[in-house]
Amino acid sequence: MIPEIGHYALILALLLAVIQASLPLWGAARRHPGLMAIAEPAATLQLAAIGIAFAALTWAYVVSDFSVAVVAGNSLSVKPMLYKVTGVWGNHEGSMLLWVLILALFGASVALFGGNLPPTLKARVLAVQGMIGAGFLAFIILTSNPFLRLDPAPIDGRDMNPLLQDPGLAFHPPFLYLGYVGFSMAFSFAVAALIEGRIDPAWARWVRPWTLAAWSFLTVGIALGSYWAYYELGWGGWWFWDPVENASLMPWLSGTALLHSALVVEKRDALKSWTVLLAILTFGLSLVGTFLVRSGIITSVHAFAVDPERGVFILLLLAITVGGAFTLYALRAPRLKLGGVFAPISREGALVLNNLLICTATVTVFIGTLYPLLDKTVSVGKPYYQLTFVPLMAPVVAVMVIAPLMAWKRGDLPGVLGRLKFAAVGTVVLILAAAWLQGGGPVLALLGFGFGVWVVLGAATEIAERVRLFRIPLRDSLSRAVGLPRSAWGTAFAHAGLGIALLGMIGSSYWSTERLVLARPGDRIDLAAGYAVEFDGVTAGQGPNYETRLGDLKLLRDGGFVTDLAPEKRFYPVARMPTSEVAIHTTLTGDIYVALGEEQADGRWSLRLYHHPLVPWIWGGALVMAFGGALSLSDRRLRIGAPRRAAVPAVGSPA
Amino acid sequence: MTWRSVLAALLLALAVAAPAGAIEPQEQLTDPALEARARTLGQELRCLVCQNESIDDSNADLARDLRRIVRERLTAGDTDDQVVGFITARYGDYVLLRPPLRPGTLVLWFGPVVLLFAAIALLILRRRRRPAEAPPLSPEENQRLARLLDEESAP
Amino acid sequence: MRRLLFLLPLLLLVVLAVGVGTKLLSGSDPQALPSALIDKPLPTFDLAALPGRSDGLASSDFGGAPMLLNVFASWCVPCLAEHPVITRLGREDGISVLAINYKDKPEDALAWLKRNGDPYRRIGADSEGRTAIDLGVYGVPETFVIDKAGRIRYRHPGPLTPDIVDREIRPLLAELAK
Repeated sequence: MIPEIGHYALILALLLAVIQASLPLWGAARRHPGLMAIAEPAATLQLAAIGIAFAALTWAYVVSDFSVAVVAGNSLSVKPMLYKVTGVWGNHEGSMLLWVLILALFGASVALFGGNLPPTLKARVLAVQGMIGAGFLAFIILTSNPFLRLDPAPIDGRDMNPLLQDPGLAFHPPFLYLGYVGFSMAFSFAVAALIEGRIDPAWARWVRPWTLAAWSFLTVGIALGSYWAYYELGWGGWWFWDPVENASLMPWLSGTALLHSALVVEKRDALKSWTVLLAILTFGLSLVGTFLVRSGIITSVHAFAVDPERGVFILLLLAITVGGAFTLYALRAPRLKLGGVFAPISREGALVLNNLLICTATVTVFIGTLYPLLDKTVSVGKPYYQLTFVPLMAPVVAVMVIAPLMAWKRGDLPGVLGRLKFAAVGTVVLILAAAWLQGGGPVLALLGFGFGVWVVLGAATEIAERVRLFRIPLRDSLSRAVGLPRSAWGTAFAHAGLGIALLGMIGSSYWSTERLVLARPGDRIDLAAGYAVEFDGVTAGQGPNYETRLGDLKLLRDGGFVTDLAPEKRFYPVARMPTSEVAIHTTLTGDIYVALGEEQADGRWSLRLYHHPLVPWIWGGALVMAFGGALSLSDRRLRIGAPRRAAVPAVGSPA
Repeated sequence: MTWRSVLAALLLALAVAAPAGAIEPQEQLTDPALEARARTLGQELRCLVCQNESIDDSNADLARDLRRIVRERLTAGDTDDQVVGFITARYGDYVLLRPPLRPGTLVLWFGPVVLLFAAIALLILRRRRRPAEAPPLSPEENQRLARLLDEESAP
Repeated sequence: MRRLLFLLPLLLLVVLAVGVGTKLLSGSDPQALPSALIDKPLPTFDLAALPGRSDGLASSDFGGAPMLLNVFASWCVPCLAEHPVITRLGREDGISVLAINYKDKPEDALAWLKRNGDPYRRIGADSEGRTAIDLGVYGVPETFVIDKAGRIRYRHPGPLTPDIVDREIRPLLAELAK
């Protein structure tokens, strides 16, 4: 019964989406307030309908209703409840439902909180959002219906892939989708603006909060995915340049460029057509990601098992959505007013450079991901990206410190560099310190480390400049700091967060220690930084839906006991899959990471021990970035639209 | 020094001490120099079963076999190029994680950079063609202009 | 000129969409990789027979007529799935199927053949998998078509289906027999 309610709700949502997509658009063209006003209730009701459908599906999983096909295919009666719920989006059909739910959520948010938007723009934005929703709801109902039933219902399900039965799964997809799908707002705003024929600073002011929210969510989503891979895959890697990982990175990069570009539109009324293009591109890349994962065109641990037919449907949706937007762009963008002029050396100039480089980096990832799909004789992996992506991002990271200190319109480069001298000196000092600590260290590592430090110190310099630190009494600086607009703090944190993440990446990539050993109980193995591990044997055990071999190890530092470590090797009988659960001890300066291998014929166990310095900083830095984004979002100035234009006095009145 | 060995040196600098996931303790060679070379090469070769991990990172049987072959050939005295050649002769260029530089892969290696320079060139040209900045408008002229533009850009 | 620039994103999208779309619809398996040994002579190998048998398989056993080489193992589920197709091929006149038993325990392989039928003219035991690597094998099952001169002309990774046999293998064998 309840799955049927869900099914009907889904169809209702499709009808609402179609209404939302058509009538307000017509109303905006005709300036008919009644028709335009349909958009808001349509969007809100659409959210309610999809919400009901989602709740119905969740209910089916919670009660283990195996007459629903996806539940039978992906769940198990003895599966822990957390994974029954998160399993709702652990497969293609359920995750598509989550996708449209979030799409509707953003649409309804604009309907409810976009009070200061001009009616025609609002109507058009919601209409475009409705079009996207209609397309994907149709896709779900026609090809990926989660409410299909099995008759007779099986007694028990086929369990979920053990790799997915993990807390990480609870949060990684929702955050990722809030990001990916959140960029649909920027897209809708861009297309609506192209239809209106006007892009102005007010438009940028409305677009930025939505883009910032999506960007922050995506940052967290990617970080969660990376962290999940880190502790799930057994040796401490956190990025594999897997096509699906790349598919999440590309909108993030493009979204970053979009954020900065929108800033220029808002402050200087320039870079308009570029910003619109980036908005379309960013959501387009999100759709590319959706396509890659579900079309069957790639092999990846992330790919859902789907067939080419669904892939073609999504490709068509993508082509129509993005193609339509690009067509509109080709027609309308040339007519946009050219904006403010600026010198090459200026904040705008630096942001343009930043955008160019980031976009090139995005293109690099795009080509690297797509090329092997089209030419099967060649493959692209980490070495390629290290030689192309990294050299492109290096100047971005260097310039991102200079840009915030530059003036708009015409910047004073020597002056800015002068103000950065403390940051520069600090960077050199810390590089030397790192070199000394690591006993030399590869040159590239020190260079990367330097970049990370440079960014963090640069962000600090930003704030120091704003509060005139050391140039006015400290108390005054402090009160200035408290009074600084939140977006200033947000920017500083976001930039610093990237620097911190970069330091984590360098530390774990270049300064890790690895010990691969065969050990007997009682053996003690030295690791790094004063750490040693004592192996005390392996015992057998049982979990709710798995059998396990539990390793018993003690972590020691400088001889003293730190903690117990219990890596496992599990076997899930229903899914017939083994997994390896690593034991990680996280500290501020790094991780100790232990994986249990196979038992040897002579009774020894193979152990893999790692010390990953600074690796928690990767995810810590990402959280700081997202925090910076959230901080900026809470800035009231960002959420209030541009002030309404004062009434124009009649011609002929005295000046 | 061949192109490949230059790149290998560069990648050695990039990859040294990078942990490698699936190597079992007993697989390692006793000679640390040879083992280091094996690691570098291992990071360059794709596991064809998992298709997105290097043979060093993959748990698959085939990856283990290929790791063993790499080490055997290194111990037998092959150069890095010869070891890689041995594997590509059997599995094709697809097994290389770093795509070889071939006419077909020029787009892959140079495409983005060419686009970057094209974009920069375009911007410079656009800026040259832009007319000189006009004198600023008076407040009334600004108002008139705003009103006119509003009317003009309304759909 | 400026107009053209604004049209560029749309043009690129169309080109890419068409390219990817055709790839999708061509029905090619993303896991399938082209063999590096097409048109090259079969690498030299000499594999012993399974215990209790007198055949074994060597590269010299090929040539003279087009033949199929099937790589299988008793622990491999898709091999079992394709076995009826292989059996049908092997029992046909004029088609010889020779096999490499990949990384198998000899007793398991013999039991599997006894249980499921043995359509192979000869079987070589590749317990270490070395010969398979020389052939560029990356999974089981795989099937090769070898021509009269002992050159590899075709490799299908994964299980054979009647559809693939009819579409690819039979026409190729017919052509090579000329």
